[in-house]
Amino acid sequence: MSEAEIKSLEAQFEAKIANDEKIEPKDWMPEKYRKTHIRQISQHAHSEIVGMLPEGNWITRAPSLRRKAALLAKVQDEAGHGLYLYSACETLGISREELYNQLHTGAAKYSSIFNYPTLTWADMGAIGWLVDGAAIINQVPLCSTSYGPYARAMVRVCKEESFHQRQGYEIMLSLCNGTEEQKQMAQDALNRWWWPSLMMLGPEDKDSVHTEQSMKWKLKRKTNDELRQQFIDQTVPQADILGLTIPDPELKWNEEKGGYDFGPIDWDEFWQVVKGHGPMNKKRLDDRRNAWEKGKWVRDAAMAYAQKQNERKNKQAI
Amino acid sequence: MSKEIPLWEVFIRSKNGLEHRHCGSLHAEDAEMALNNARDVYTRRNEGVSIWVVESKHITASNPQDSGELFEPAADKVYRHPTFYELPDELKHM
Repeated sequence: MSEAEIKSLEAQFEAKIANDEKIEPKDWMPEKYRKTHIRQISQHAHSEIVGMLPEGNWITRAPSLRRKAALLAKVQDEAGHGLYLYSACETLGISREELYNQLHTGAAKYSSIFNYPTLTWADMGAIGWLVDGAAIINQVPLCSTSYGPYARAMVRVCKEESFHQRQGYEIMLSLCNGTEEQKQMAQDALNRWWWPSLMMLGPEDKDSVHTEQSMKWKLKRKTNDELRQQFIDQTVPQADILGLTIPDPELKWNEEKGGYDFGPIDWDEFWQVVKGHGPMNKKRLDDRRNAWEKGKWVRDAAMAYAQKQNERKNKQAI
Repeated sequence: MSKEIPLWEVFIRSKNGLEHRHCGSLHAEDAEMALNNARDVYTRRNEGVSIWVVESKHITASNPQDSGELFEPAADKVYRHPTFYELPDELKHM
């Protein structure tokens, strides 16, 4: 293709997006659009898959059958969300095997929040309430993103995600209405998950390298700082209902802006965790690799079985 | 992994009387496993009463580059629509 032809295709492409039309897998797209989407969708998929680990930690120790069934269903949803997203990502011309490989070698990132440990049962409450809460805020705008398969996967994900947050909040509520010790446990979980949840919405706008381009492609519809403000404004009243204290002495309602002011975020901690030095980075990746390698015989057996069945069918046909 | 696990497209009928609709794809070794996986991945909340799976490689798709010649001719055939015909106002229900 000549440069002029590419320029004209690019112009048509940008016009389509500006017009809120969707881009589908076989449509022409700039290489940078493809690459950016592979990066973001795969990071998102990896986050769902790695996100199962901190909660999987508590399935066998859930305090009741009701809680256990709910937590199992939530973790199963996360597996499902990972699968929707991997499928969407593969439509951009990358194989599942390559995607897994990028995760297992550490070449691809996943959400830094999953590199924190889940120490008590209250963490299941705090994760559902805060982490899924932040995820929903991040994900709802993606339902109208420009890449069709991603947008469709996100619609499905968002539909399922609200149960996650509600079950988490209900866990917190039970603990807060329980004994003093249980309430303390809930407060401790909030103290540990609050700041990482704020960081989860991404670096500040002034430090975010991808924001501008991503906004143009509608891969992002609100900036990180806008999303963070929205998250804080919606979460503080929820903490009040629980009777818990947000661990930020500078948190204060600002009448003028119609939102809360909040204290500085420890971005050094964020970048440390992103770079692999969080408390659980190594364990999470080891667990993923282990699951993949130890599951190899199952994949091989399934493949051999399918082949044998196929041969048998062919023989009968002759 | 020596061989890629085949890719399947999944279609779900949400209730009788409605058509099967494409809802996504997944990897599975054979059709039976694809059906089982589709049930777990795409119908965890009563989304369906029937599932079709078809291996993606068997689908032949039109090329977006041909969209013009395929679909544009329909645009100037307004006489295929009922509103094209001018009828008197007295005539009701036609």
